[in-house]
Amino acid sequence: MLAVFKRELFSFLSSSMAYITIGIFLLACGLMFWFFPDTSILEYGYAEMDGFFSLVPYLFMFLISAIAMRSFAEERKEGTYVLLATRPLTDLQIILAKYLACMVLVLFSLLPTLIYYYSISRLGMPQGNIDTGAVIGSYIGLFLLGGAFTSVGIFASSITKNQIIAFAVAVFLCFFAYSGFDSVSRLSAFESIESTLVNLGIAEHYQSISRGVLDTRDVVYFITFVALFLGLTKLAIGGRKW
Amino acid sequence: MSVIVKNLAKHYGEQKAVNQISFEAKPGRILGFLGPNGAGKSTTMKMLTGYLAPTSGEAEICNLTIQTAPLAVKKLIGYLPENTPLYLEMYVREFLGFVAETYGLKNIAQRIEEVIKLVGLTQEQHKKIGMLSKGYKQRVGLAQAIIHDPQVLILDEPTSGLDPNQLADIRSLIKSLGKDKTVIISTHIMQEVEALCDDVIIINKGTLVANTSIADLRKEHQQASLEEIFKALTR
Repeated sequence: MLAVFKRELFSFLSSSMAYITIGIFLLACGLMFWFFPDTSILEYGYAEMDGFFSLVPYLFMFLISAIAMRSFAEERKEGTYVLLATRPLTDLQIILAKYLACMVLVLFSLLPTLIYYYSISRLGMPQGNIDTGAVIGSYIGLFLLGGAFTSVGIFASSITKNQIIAFAVAVFLCFFAYSGFDSVSRLSAFESIESTLVNLGIAEHYQSISRGVLDTRDVVYFITFVALFLGLTKLAIGGRKW
Repeated sequence: MSVIVKNLAKHYGEQKAVNQISFEAKPGRILGFLGPNGAGKSTTMKMLTGYLAPTSGEAEICNLTIQTAPLAVKKLIGYLPENTPLYLEMYVREFLGFVAETYGLKNIAQRIEEVIKLVGLTQEQHKKIGMLSKGYKQRVGLAQAIIHDPQVLILDEPTSGLDPNQLADIRSLIKSLGKDKTVIISTHIMQEVEALCDDVIIINKGTLVANTSIADLRKEHQQASLEEIFKALTR
């Protein structure tokens, strides 16, 4: 399993695709958080990162879908999956190795944004006036959110051999899982189960962790979410109808 | 160490890609697996290597069945898939190292050195796989199949796309590997079967039409050439 993980990671790092998508992600973050007046922290005037943490999930939908789209779709298209499937590895090991490699990329893309925390704490009045607990909580939330989106991306990649389709499906599923349940719950037809629907969405749990309170219910939610999508991936891979 | 196949079948809906075939491949002998295109050769090989699950029947490899002990069986098999899929963006040595790691081999560097020499890749060993010509890609494919010194070798058209010199090299390599391993190769080239194989099975539209040694097959058909026998059986 370690061998597959290493191969995946190196193939990410040796292709320009990973650097370009992460670069664009960081560029978009920087622009939105520091320059564009509508969302800029400088216009906002408070030493908080809330704006950043509500923006990133939407950028993540695209970033993570782009990172994960190739994991199985490319192997299927090139026929190289047989190279993995005929080794002494279980399907689950292959899926986990690919999942973890994508997660490392997600972490790489998140690390540079720690600079924002430093900058903002310097800009605070007085200096260092920032709610560190909330920021740590939000980063943990973001990491869990990234994990959830990655599992969706891996699943989307396993159901098709076309990377573009995998990308589109992943973006849609991520979007729906993140804010779709919220929106649906506001339909009058679902009034009676509104809170259940809201609870199914990622946004509710992400925001709850972002407040700086690490509730086991939220953590369990994310773990279940990831397990569900990786399980679905295993079903898709195990059928081998290609 | 032998491969025993019992009533193996693979159905895709109504279509029977492989229909209840049984045969045996013995160690120290090379088994030629013949049949027209679409007869079910590759499907059978994919089932033997654990890539596809059979609809019914079973395959026993060194007294283990692929359904009950998939990981153990996969360790015993070296497989060269048809069309030789490879990670084109990897370097030859990097790729072989990766394959060796998936088998958990020790002395990986030394083993890579050995197989590179064995398949004749010494000149090209520092290149990217994507830059190699078809014949050399085929050798990389062969190298990844034998790197863990498997007891059973399953080679799906190992000599397609090779020039006459390479053909001779690879054939003699397969021949020498066949001395102490169980080898199953599929091919369309009849001369190759005569040059390489001890036993032969012929499959047509998913059904077995011959399963015997080459000498017996000839005797049965009054010393006709293998090509004529093949044509007669798969019409």
